[in-house]
Amino acid sequence: MTRRVAVLTAGLGRPSTSRLLADRLATATVDSLRTRGEQAEVTVVELRELAHDLTDHLLTGFAPPALAEALATVADADAVVAVTPIFSASYSGPFKTFFDLLEDGALEGKPVLLGATAGTARHSLALEFAVRPLLAYLRATVAPTAVFAAGEDFGGTADGALSERVARAGEELAALVAGRPAPARADALAVPVDFESLLNRT
Amino acid sequence: MQIGIFTVGDVTTDPTTGRTPTEHERIRATVAIAKKAEEVGLDVFATGEHHNPPFVASAPTTTLAYIGAQTERIILSTATTLITTTDPVLIAEDYAKLQHLTGGRVDLMMGRGNTGPVYPWFGKDIRDGIPLAVENYHLLHRLWREDVVDWEGKFRTPLQGFTSTPRPLDGAPPFVWHGSIRSPEIAEQAAYYGDGFFHNHIFWPQEHTRRMVELYRRRFEHHGHGPADTAIVGLGGQFFMRRNSQDAWNEFRPYFDNAPVYGHGPSLEEFTSQTPLTVGSPQQVLERTLSFRDHVGDYQRQLFLVDHAGLPLATVLEQLELLGEILPDLRAGFAEGRPAHVPDAPTHASLVAAAGRPPVSTVHAAGDDVTGRSPEAVRS
Repeated sequence: MTRRVAVLTAGLGRPSTSRLLADRLATATVDSLRTRGEQAEVTVVELRELAHDLTDHLLTGFAPPALAEALATVADADAVVAVTPIFSASYSGPFKTFFDLLEDGALEGKPVLLGATAGTARHSLALEFAVRPLLAYLRATVAPTAVFAAGEDFGGTADGALSERVARAGEELAALVAGRPAPARADALAVPVDFESLLNRT
Repeated sequence: MQIGIFTVGDVTTDPTTGRTPTEHERIRATVAIAKKAEEVGLDVFATGEHHNPPFVASAPTTTLAYIGAQTERIILSTATTLITTTDPVLIAEDYAKLQHLTGGRVDLMMGRGNTGPVYPWFGKDIRDGIPLAVENYHLLHRLWREDVVDWEGKFRTPLQGFTSTPRPLDGAPPFVWHGSIRSPEIAEQAAYYGDGFFHNHIFWPQEHTRRMVELYRRRFEHHGHGPADTAIVGLGGQFFMRRNSQDAWNEFRPYFDNAPVYGHGPSLEEFTSQTPLTVGSPQQVLERTLSFRDHVGDYQRQLFLVDHAGLPLATVLEQLELLGEILPDLRAGFAEGRPAHVPDAPTHASLVAAAGRPPVSTVHAAGDDVTGRSPEAVRS
């Protein structure tokens, strides 16, 4: 069975630091899965490309085709790597909007690894006090290590270096995925609720 | 095949002039639009129900009765009747009365409503939306079919020995459609009773409509009402047409760009490609509309939203004239290749005929008018 790893990155720059971190987290996860005997394929969702679609969905109530595909990619994944730049002490707007638009229950019990980027290390705890509670609300199973990368981290090799934290986080996500059954996607339209039970419920 | 229009009764500023019609103008315009619908040969006029500005669509049976008095043929319907927050006893009374006044030209479409505060304004909780729709409709269904009803539920005062008056015309309750965009429970509800299922269809991709209708058809058959392709399906739609396609795009664009529902969102080009909205020549509207069958199968009712986004009355009436011009081709197109066993939407006449009894204007209950006791209680 090939595991599906969805990588959600909300960076706005081209190239984007968030994408850079997301790719490293994805690679660490795939490597760790491989050592556990599981193959994985990675699908990247760049929210920058979906910025207009996100707003359109908020306004119209339905997802344009590209966004619908991205939402399905995340909902169907065995694991999700989600990376946002920190804006004003929290996740970016498009990052939050994407989670607002996921179907109810899409992340329930799903292993998720969090990452964030910012100019300086002073924003690092935003992952813990802003991003992690969002995923807790959505009932995701979030890896204990969330990886924050400031600009300077891309040059550092000291203790607690980025590469070590990335490797540990990838291990944690892989451990959450390995041995789990593939997510069964509930299709509300495929299995209708029987009307007699609806009537009796009232 | 029934072809008609539905309105949500919104009071919207015309973005090209900045002028907002008064409530009075909008209410009178609604009547003019309904009369024009009959004049151009349409089969159905349906009004929404809202209890908040900027809508004038409260008191739907008042509007429909007034229109009914000035029309001869057109079916008067709703899009939708709020089955969640409206007392089913009042719905039973109001629409049975409307049947009598209009000679049976009445059906209804049930909906839950999407304005949050309406629930608390009417003493309900939006989290009970589905259970309210289920319980209230079950009571309504009984009130129209049983002369004396003893009933107890979760959401309403119990009824003992209650007879809803007037009784349905000729003993035939109005046909009911259930409208829902995305709740499978409502498709299931429609299938359970063998009622019609209507998909609004206008804000969502066709694939979604297809799946909801497919679920309803499958469950219609499951509940023993006949083969799936004989289930009663209705779709919404919207268009803006001018004889010259480019004129339609140019004229409609500012209305689309500022429309209350989808304005300031997707482009007109995106929206017309992703949803059934068709902007173009009458021929293009004709062809697109006939393509809906490819997604949902042969169906029974097509309603268009025409008076929206602040379009002035004169423009709406012109749109109806154009719709009237393509109506024969629409009818011919829908008839083409339609299997003989696919039924038309039920009407009062067909329901009376199907009941197999002579028209009886009133079915009397034997209860006591003064004490309200049921016949059983009186007998014992």
